[in-house]
Amino acid sequence: MSRRIAGLVAIAAVVLAAPAAEAHGLIGKRFFPATLGVDDPFVADELSLPTISHIKVRGEGDEPPSRETEFSAEFSKRLSPDFGFSLGATYRLIDPDEGSTMNGFDNMEVSLKYVFFKSPEHETLLSIGLGWDVGGTGSKKVGAESFDTVTPTFFFGKGFGDLPDALEFAKPLALTGSFGVAIPTRHDNVTKVVEDDGSVSFEREVNPSVAQWGFTVQYNLQYLQSFVRDIGLPRPFSRMIPLVEFVMQTPLDSTTQAGRTTGTIQPGIIWFGRYVQVGVEAVIPVNERSGKNVGVVGQLHFYLDDILPQVFTWTPFHGVLGPTQPR
Amino acid sequence: MVAPAPPAGAHAFPDHSDPRVGSTVDRPPAQVRIWFDGEIEPTFSTVRVESEDQRRVDQGDARVNPRDGRLLEVTVPPLASGRYRVYWSVIARDGHRTEGDFRFRIK
Repeated sequence: MSRRIAGLVAIAAVVLAAPAAEAHGLIGKRFFPATLGVDDPFVADELSLPTISHIKVRGEGDEPPSRETEFSAEFSKRLSPDFGFSLGATYRLIDPDEGSTMNGFDNMEVSLKYVFFKSPEHETLLSIGLGWDVGGTGSKKVGAESFDTVTPTFFFGKGFGDLPDALEFAKPLALTGSFGVAIPTRHDNVTKVVEDDGSVSFEREVNPSVAQWGFTVQYNLQYLQSFVRDIGLPRPFSRMIPLVEFVMQTPLDSTTQAGRTTGTIQPGIIWFGRYVQVGVEAVIPVNERSGKNVGVVGQLHFYLDDILPQVFTWTPFHGVLGPTQPR
Repeated sequence: MVAPAPPAGAHAFPDHSDPRVGSTVDRPPAQVRIWFDGEIEPTFSTVRVESEDQRRVDQGDARVNPRDGRLLEVTVPPLASGRYRVYWSVIARDGHRTEGDFRFRIK
């Protein structure tokens, strides 16, 4: 890959490196939607198609600014009530101010997740997961790496419905978060360079481990209406969740970037129905290193376990999870 | 034996209720009624009303209205002034269970 393309892609990666949005779920009275930037702790049977993001990223050094657009899809499936996997794919368009547009698929993503703690009374869920960016399955033109990257991750979700009644208007609040470390399976890339005079040198580029972390703050208007105070919100507002996502990355062992966090703050809103949800968020760089232009991300998300429970909630060891068996 | 409901799904959530969630009413209601956003299973859907000291105060006749499959209701005797909490548990037509509670107050 030329240095120019690498630079453009690296800039894009800073702003668009958020992990794909994931599961939704219900714990106690609390419904958690699938969020767009930060993965939540649930496993589910669902499909995000599409997630579309767009932002203009700044140039760096000799690299011109560019407009970056991504189209993503992710399919998630439970293998048991508490264990599931996901498959994700992203198509990227990189349109620099100078030069030709580059497009292609990024590496395929596979992930596993296991829910190890649930407390319906306290609306709390904890889970762990492992992500695998499958090297070589994407196009180098858009920065897809030839090596794998594995990302062990911890997830949590907490609804505040257990607050005292004196704080009733805080009860619809919920917090989710994740913390993982993206570990490349190749520590560095060595490139052979032949100079004009015929001499040969080698350039070494470190592939750093990167902490990928973030959290969301949500205010569930359906929870407010159904369990706290009916303030007369009509549809569709009674099915909306205003939220803010904080999607961050921190290189851990880069010689030049270690500890220098980049990321985005994403205020937005999610509407959820019985079978689908729709979300849209602004994408705001958190600091100058992350960029200076505001972008946007939107998603259409299908609850497959509700659309066709007999099909999509089937599991190999637990049968059909969908319909609850009557006493 | 009921298997635990799956954590995700097209659950039936309350659309509105009478008395309204978190409301204060001047006169005691004759019934507590909850309308859901989808039809619910009559056999496995329940609602009860408790006083502030956690005594059950409804008549025990919780039912899904036969003319409106989204309406869950229970009769209550004339209630004294005070705070009450309604507990409900429903199974939607697609088999997903949801449950919840809310308070109301009688002046």
